[in-house]
Amino acid sequence: MAAFVLRRLAQAVLVMLAVGLIAFSLFTFVGDPVLFMLGQDATPEDRERVTRLLGLDQPFWVQYANFVARALQGDFGLSLRQVRPVSTLFLERLPATLELSLVAALLALAVGIPMGVYTALRRNTWLAQLFLAVSLIGVSLPTFLIGILLILVFAVLLGWLPSFGRGDTVALGWWSTGLLTASGLKSLILPAITLGLFQMTLIMRLVRSEMLEVLRTDYIRFARARGLSDRSVHFRHALKNTLVPVITIAGLQLGAIIAFAIITETVFQWPGMGLLFIQAVTVADIPVMAAYLCLIALFFVVINLVVDLLYYAVDPRLRFDRAAAAN
Amino acid sequence: MTGPRRVSRASSKSGRRHGTHGAPVRRTGGSHLIARARRAWDSDLAWSFRQSPVAMLAALLTLLCVGGALFAPWLAPTNPFDSAALNLSDGFTPPAWTEKGQAKYLLGTDDQGRDLLSTILYGARISLAVGVASVLLSMAMGVGLGLVAGYAGGRLDAFIMRVADIQLSFPAILIALLIDGVARIVLPRETHDSIAVYVLIVAIGLSKWVDFARTVRGSTLVERQKEYVQAARVIGRSQASIMFRHVLPNVMGPVLVIATIHLALAIITEATLSFLGVGVPPHQALAGHADPVGNDFMLSGEWWITVFPGAALIVLVLSVNLLGDWLRDALNPRLR
Repeated sequence: MAAFVLRRLAQAVLVMLAVGLIAFSLFTFVGDPVLFMLGQDATPEDRERVTRLLGLDQPFWVQYANFVARALQGDFGLSLRQVRPVSTLFLERLPATLELSLVAALLALAVGIPMGVYTALRRNTWLAQLFLAVSLIGVSLPTFLIGILLILVFAVLLGWLPSFGRGDTVALGWWSTGLLTASGLKSLILPAITLGLFQMTLIMRLVRSEMLEVLRTDYIRFARARGLSDRSVHFRHALKNTLVPVITIAGLQLGAIIAFAIITETVFQWPGMGLLFIQAVTVADIPVMAAYLCLIALFFVVINLVVDLLYYAVDPRLRFDRAAAAN
Repeated sequence: MTGPRRVSRASSKSGRRHGTHGAPVRRTGGSHLIARARRAWDSDLAWSFRQSPVAMLAALLTLLCVGGALFAPWLAPTNPFDSAALNLSDGFTPPAWTEKGQAKYLLGTDDQGRDLLSTILYGARISLAVGVASVLLSMAMGVGLGLVAGYAGGRLDAFIMRVADIQLSFPAILIALLIDGVARIVLPRETHDSIAVYVLIVAIGLSKWVDFARTVRGSTLVERQKEYVQAARVIGRSQASIMFRHVLPNVMGPVLVIATIHLALAIITEATLSFLGVGVPPHQALAGHADPVGNDFMLSGEWWITVFPGAALIVLVLSVNLLGDWLRDALNPRLR
């Protein structure tokens, strides 16, 4: 177990260093920070002084080491456009994105798993066929169009829900939450559906195909032969094994949700990190882009790690394989 | 990162191959054309196609979209990119069947007075071109790298697959966004609009090679153990020749399925990037008017500017997806 965790941790650190290198290359090779800070008509002496001040005269690897050291302390420099520390900008917007992503993920799981189980168990009913057809349409709809259509129906035509923004928020320390006010909750509904819909269809299809596969196996046939009730066979025996790959995919998808939030946040003008990033891309604000890249990579690496460990905990075969190999 | 984890159904099934389709077709000359056509008609794939009304409908819709896109210059009533022909006073004309509509603008016009039907046809042209080109790029990259990794093995294999694993842990849209963003900064501002399409193709293509590489590597590992590969080695064929002339045709089945599904994904990605303002200029994109500005159209009652291009995009992606779905089932021997 310890060796397994250590190897995964080492890999995670390697990935982070590689992503850091890419982010750092953005800083170094894209655009000229000195030119950007001083403008066109700076004297050569000024340029040289700033270059030395920023450490840009040092060898590449030394600069990279400095970058990593500062990044570890959460220091990604100043945003070129807003002239505020990048870390502060992200801290302000982190709660909005995380709340949206988690609610969307819960929604996807809470709706996707029952739908998947239903379509697998009652394969030939019209409702199951309908779910499948809807899921294919859900996969084919670009996220931004879903968002816009939802806005058209629920915000413009019916006028039930707000079409943009986060509503009122309450500050809990540095964390601002929209989950405690009525307007915050109302604002969350449409973006969460938009963001969760794609993952929901994905989870539904996954649960369905896994369930169908599990239902064909011998131990299910044996369970039936023992005279267990359908309920017990389906939910106590089959569902348990179905959920193993679902944990993996759902975990990995959580990272994808955080990244896909870029689109949803743009549609709904949701004040999260994705919106910050897309604004940074359009105005070439490199420190913000680099920091976002590192942050998303961190999320992914942590999620990957947790999923691997969960998998190890859930699937005993892995442990036995390793134990057998050790002997 | 190569954990004990199943990432997708497609890749886990890719190891099993379908028997007949990879077999090399004998070159028999022109007189046997009819025989060959008959064989194609009698093949499993064609039979399964004739059995599936959904697949036929999807193929028909796809053909319609492709035809409309290919012949846009002849089909479209106006050229939406010709700014001299635009008449601003025609802006915001609703569809022809509504009260204020004009007969010459069947689906209405956008804010600049562009005919929406023409915009859709020209937009579909760009969407399909970017989609096909980027899928070809990622296919060439992925198949090449996967083949080399699977055939050569060893450190090269480990390196390529590790890079693939790392890239796979990021969503493709983020990678495409980054490549596009960097290209925007590096390239001079004036050339943005003219090369936007190529930047998009490269960005989307580079972000999606991994699926191809993993699948092809898996099948190559199986294929290279087979006797025909040993036979080719014994008669002294070069490594490259064995890889590309002998192994490649036998691993292409699953690649076809992935390519179809990725075409739909690439079209979605193209539309999304354009929506986010980093793709092709908004007035050229298929659903370009569905950007935050499009939201304003929506709020102010000019719904057609957003709805029709969006619907066209959905029809295009849905029919390609349906085709891909059918192809996957048709090529999967376990479902027969």
